[in-house]
Amino acid sequence: MIAALAAAAIVLSACGDDESGGPTELSFFIFNEPSGILPKIADACSKSSNGEYTISFEYLPNEADQQREQLVRRLGAEDSSIDIMGMDVIWTGEFANAGWVEEWTGANEKAATTGVFPSVAETARFEDKLWAAPIWSNTQLLWYRKDRVPKPPKTWEEMLDQAAEIGKNGMIQVQADRYEGLVVWLNSMVESAGTSIVQPDDAEAVALSSPQTDKALGLMVQLANSEAADPSQSTSNEDTARLSFEAGSSSFMLNYPFVYPSAKDNAPDVFKNLGEALYPRVDADRPSAPPLGGINLGVSSYSEHKQEAFDAIKCMIQPQNQIKIATAGGLPPVTESLYDEKQIDDVYPGFADLIRQSIKQAAPRPVTPAYQDLSLAIQRTIHPLGDISPDQVPDKVDELRDNVQKALNVEGLL
Amino acid sequence: MEAASVPARAGEENEPKKRPLSERARSERRLGWLLCAPAVLAMLLVTAYPIIYAFVLSLQRLDLRFPDEREFVGLSNYVDVLTSSLWWTDVANTLGVTLVSVTIEFVLGMAIALLMHRAIFGRGVVRTSVLIPYGIVTVVAAFTWQFAFQPDTGFVNQLPFVADDMNWFGDRFSAFFVIILAEVWKTTPFIALLLLAGLTTIDDGLYEAAKVDGANAVQRFFRITLPLMKPAILVALLFRTLDAFRVFDSIFVMTRGSVDTESVSILGYNQLIARLNLGLGSAVSVLIFLAVLMIAILFVKGFGTSVPGKDQR
Repeated sequence: MIAALAAAAIVLSACGDDESGGPTELSFFIFNEPSGILPKIADACSKSSNGEYTISFEYLPNEADQQREQLVRRLGAEDSSIDIMGMDVIWTGEFANAGWVEEWTGANEKAATTGVFPSVAETARFEDKLWAAPIWSNTQLLWYRKDRVPKPPKTWEEMLDQAAEIGKNGMIQVQADRYEGLVVWLNSMVESAGTSIVQPDDAEAVALSSPQTDKALGLMVQLANSEAADPSQSTSNEDTARLSFEAGSSSFMLNYPFVYPSAKDNAPDVFKNLGEALYPRVDADRPSAPPLGGINLGVSSYSEHKQEAFDAIKCMIQPQNQIKIATAGGLPPVTESLYDEKQIDDVYPGFADLIRQSIKQAAPRPVTPAYQDLSLAIQRTIHPLGDISPDQVPDKVDELRDNVQKALNVEGLL
Repeated sequence: MEAASVPARAGEENEPKKRPLSERARSERRLGWLLCAPAVLAMLLVTAYPIIYAFVLSLQRLDLRFPDEREFVGLSNYVDVLTSSLWWTDVANTLGVTLVSVTIEFVLGMAIALLMHRAIFGRGVVRTSVLIPYGIVTVVAAFTWQFAFQPDTGFVNQLPFVADDMNWFGDRFSAFFVIILAEVWKTTPFIALLLLAGLTTIDDGLYEAAKVDGANAVQRFFRITLPLMKPAILVALLFRTLDAFRVFDSIFVMTRGSVDTESVSILGYNQLIARLNLGLGSAVSVLIFLAVLMIAILFVKGFGTSVPGKDQR
């Protein structure tokens, strides 16, 4: 058995060592983006590198948690076979603190952040340094039924009132299963209310100040206990929300723009009446803080071809490539000025500016090495929302604050 | 063959001449050990080493995300686990699933075993087809059941007497119902097959004799079948209990442990794989290992001397 392992190791190392003059082969670990545009962009970059590098793909699972699991297992073992990584916006703190990604400095940093939305660039920063280059972003809009809702709601309270008025078909679709989507929702609600999950100036201390957090969580609980909640709200995610909305019995949905082409193809009747608006406010006098998703590209610290990896990323994130990604895959660009382009308006007919505005005022989730702990602690504390009664909300907020602080200290079981 | 047995008999008759025999026995035993050695070594390498390594890790503060903060912390990880209400909730969940599913599986498995034993035609087909659920990958089976019980797309909510908007995975007890159903469906064949093996070893003459003495079917089952099947029952229940205590796939696929359906294995997974907290996660793993060991010991002691493989007389 040992002999077999040794033989395998020799074969593997032989594979890695074919640097006999040809272009360096870079492995790009990322999930298989369904439109298949990434390999085309990578090929074009390889060709234009004049023999510096070629990019080959190693596909990760579709779910973000599972992508991370596979990456960190390799990184924990100092695997040199990863050169470029497609990183979810919430991994930055963890990967940077563990020494798994290379810092972006000087000209590289400039290339990665020039013209990029500040909110998006913030997702790639940890302790004032840049660790990855944003390639696409994502944000949630409020989708509603124009035939039932005369005027899109500005605030959550308005939306809940409108839903109650509509009655049977007034459901509001959200993401409230015990997973990252619930944390995304809470973060936006808390930020919209005017506070944050962790202190802005100290990433190791919890904020979640009252009464703002009470109001934010209170609205979530109010929805969960109302007629406007889907009966299976406690197991809902982006896709169940989309399916239920397409079925027609919902009038509101908070979701990413992928629902637009999906409704067009799958539910023409719903699509006819599909309207979009900015994420509703929690506080009527304060702009909302919509969710922010997306992918940043990082260079592995164990890569043996870091310079080539930086060059390849700088090529792939160029504006014309962002437009290609938006056109083929519907994923919003990270460079703000691109939203004036005709091609982006074609992808988001009539709502490109809305997406720009949403990304602009979006609030990134906290960047901390203990993000997984924080996320697990929040999920455990507030799921299922329907089990929290409105008068328990202040106690729940105290509990949440304790649990998040423990998570930031990396204490206890989660 | 013949030559080998001759000196043995000679040795029995003659006390002082016992040495050459035991020499032979000893060399045979040595040969036995030598033949076993590769297997034992492989076992040590793949089981003893990881267990010891996990124990060593469990005594440290070791988190892949904070590589500079590695230090020896003694038993504090164990204190963290054992004082956490989460651990005890998950232990209770796991024991609940284990107890309920193994009980149902045993009763059903016994019924199926008796049926298969008495099957007159198509024995092979019956025995093979009963095994099909066990042959399906657990994750696939779990997804199948999850899809069936999905509120919007599953068929279960379309059935009569089931509310159309019943959210099976939104409540602890209904979620456990589906999880246990999936477990029972999948592993009952395993128990049935082990019990069938036990049934076939019982001499039919015993039943005939009991019938002659006037014992009815119930008496025959409780006085003859059950006692004589004790070793087979022990093996079946022990294997299934150990398996059920480590339940992971079904729960992970269906609820990911939400609405208080988390098992200890999922708890360990969360610490090790999601949080990369190797110290704390290893402490959970070692505790699961100890629990499994305890279950095995309880079973063997509880069932008396009839340890499988051990001479009964």
